[in-house]
Amino acid sequence: MNALLFNSTLVIYAVVTAVYLLYLLKPKESLGKVGLWLTLAGFVVHCGFTVNRYLEAGHTPITNLHESLSFFSLAIVGIFILFERRYKISILGSFMMPLALLVMAISASFSSVIPPLNPALKSKWLAVHTIMAFLGYAAFAISFGVSIMYLIQSHFLKTRRLGPMFQKLPALDLLDDISYRCLTFGFPLLTFAIISGAIWAETAWGTYWSWDPKETWSLITWFIYAALLHGRLTTGWRGRKAAMLSIFGFVIMLFTFLGVNLLLPGLHSYK
Amino acid sequence: MNIIVVGLSHKTAGVEIREKIAFSPTQMEKPLKTLVELPDITEAVIVSTCNRVEIYATTRDVAGGMARLKRFLADYHNFPLETLEKHLYSYHGEDATRHVFRVASSLDSMVVGEPQILGQIKTSYGYAAEFKSSGIILNRFLHKAFSVAKRVRTETKIASSAVSVAFAAVELAKKIFGELGDKTVLLIGAGEMCELAAKHFINVGVRGVMVTNRTYERAEKLAEEFDAKPVRFEDLMDHLPKADIILSSTGAPHFIIRENDMEEVLRRRKHKPMFFIDIAVPRDIDPKVNDVENCYLYTVDDLNGVVATNLEQRKIEAAKAEAIVEQEIGQFFKWLASLDVTPTIVALRSHFDEIRKAELAKTLSNWKDLPPGAEKKLEALTNAIMNKLLHQPTSTLKRTDQGSRNDLYVDALRSLFDLQTETEQENLMELED
Repeated sequence: MNALLFNSTLVIYAVVTAVYLLYLLKPKESLGKVGLWLTLAGFVVHCGFTVNRYLEAGHTPITNLHESLSFFSLAIVGIFILFERRYKISILGSFMMPLALLVMAISASFSSVIPPLNPALKSKWLAVHTIMAFLGYAAFAISFGVSIMYLIQSHFLKTRRLGPMFQKLPALDLLDDISYRCLTFGFPLLTFAIISGAIWAETAWGTYWSWDPKETWSLITWFIYAALLHGRLTTGWRGRKAAMLSIFGFVIMLFTFLGVNLLLPGLHSYK
Repeated sequence: MNIIVVGLSHKTAGVEIREKIAFSPTQMEKPLKTLVELPDITEAVIVSTCNRVEIYATTRDVAGGMARLKRFLADYHNFPLETLEKHLYSYHGEDATRHVFRVASSLDSMVVGEPQILGQIKTSYGYAAEFKSSGIILNRFLHKAFSVAKRVRTETKIASSAVSVAFAAVELAKKIFGELGDKTVLLIGAGEMCELAAKHFINVGVRGVMVTNRTYERAEKLAEEFDAKPVRFEDLMDHLPKADIILSSTGAPHFIIRENDMEEVLRRRKHKPMFFIDIAVPRDIDPKVNDVENCYLYTVDDLNGVVATNLEQRKIEAAKAEAIVEQEIGQFFKWLASLDVTPTIVALRSHFDEIRKAELAKTLSNWKDLPPGAEKKLEALTNAIMNKLLHQPTSTLKRTDQGSRNDLYVDALRSLFDLQTETEQENLMELED
């Protein structure tokens, strides 16, 4: 059942990605609608997988890379659907759904066996800490996608390449605004994830902060996004500069998430 | 029954002719009533816009009907027919249908794809309906033309791109700022194209307009016209940070906005994007401004380039639209052909005959002790009843004299007895939505 739901999600996301990439090339508005409906279907199946996994494991299914990558992908798709409906921009799917698919594909490369729960993770904080962290990551992922769209659109405008893709991409100011909204949504979540992590660490390991690599890199990520938000509110870092910084922040965030787990040994290295 | 079109347009006549032949929208009753009282003409619609004057009519006699319409146009406007005739085109049958579908779809417009023409034809049809000069054929014909135009608009991108420099500027601004409702336009200098662009921005609803000029009085004068705020030229740099869209066309021999000014300007507006449109020759704005982050500079050549690409795009879309028109002509003609009397009579007879035969067979199969020869008598009896019933309607339909309402009857008969073919039913459904 678990494998069936997971693989169905993977297949649907692959089809959605194909539809959205086609939408990028072909001037057919209907493709965007098809993409959204398929995305919704994939999201429902993906939720089904997550709930099923929760019931089978008996705890929040975000304890190893297979599970957390899947949840990251689910959060990206969920927030993408919210923004697609709110701003009515189909082309966002052409950027977000390939990312969601990629994350799912990486998740598939890790073992899907449900291991016995690491005793250190047996806590009510597991759900709070991980869900907040991944919702925050997903918001940053959308900001990342929108920032790439911003750079492309800005490039089109500067070089007067006003082709079909330029027509489909939304206005620069709207992209800038969406990116900013994602950050104001993701940043508090990251903050709370770090705080809840510290409280949990105190109960589990007896100290709030032990400078383990995950903690250090989370803090670096937090500072980058804090700087971006601060710069935006005070001196008006917007447009290209904000977009590039958001992309940089996302890369660092990915390292915090994946690089630390895979490369740097520490308390958080759950594989 | 034939559909004929007689008229002239921007393609065949200059404005000095068109303005003399135009009909005033407030006085449509008289010409429309005159038209339908002409011999040979049964229905008529007049379309009169600043780019075309056309009469759509139905007639039994194509050549005679066309001649009457030409004569009418000349006489009604007291214009010599010999002069007018050179500018007139006339179509009948399939060509007439194609022409009207193309006009309604804006394929025959001066600017292909411009959206006003459809509304103008709808208004013209409204007059014809009000004064009862259009009947069953032209009603259906024009509704078909409207649905073709709607298909063209939704299935092609013929009207989706700007084809004037001023509109292209507005479209680009929307791609930078999204909504323009909270944006400010700054007009530097004066010039026809600049003012036209400013008007377009005002039409889409910008928050405010500032105007500056080397001579402050001219700025004030222009500001009054646009309901804008005049700004002294010396204060330009103070006001520049407040402007989102800058339209410049001064006669200055050197740049009035330089790259090194921009750092300070952008800092003061917290790096919100700026859109510069430089219409001046020689240029007013240093081209390097385009390299500054969050600044987008377009010259008149860039905008012309945009317009040229859009026109090219429209040509491709127009080809798709022509294909739609061709497809719809076929469908309309199927319906028109169905209004012919003979096939209708045949269809009606066979419809009656089917019922007669079915009922007769039912009766005979239940009648056990039928006397010999009775079957033949019953056959003759039912046939006679059917012929009697059909005699009057058939002879009425066959009347061809002036004033007969054949097409109306045929259409009614086809609906009442459900004599349509399948394609016609599709047509009907399309027209209803």
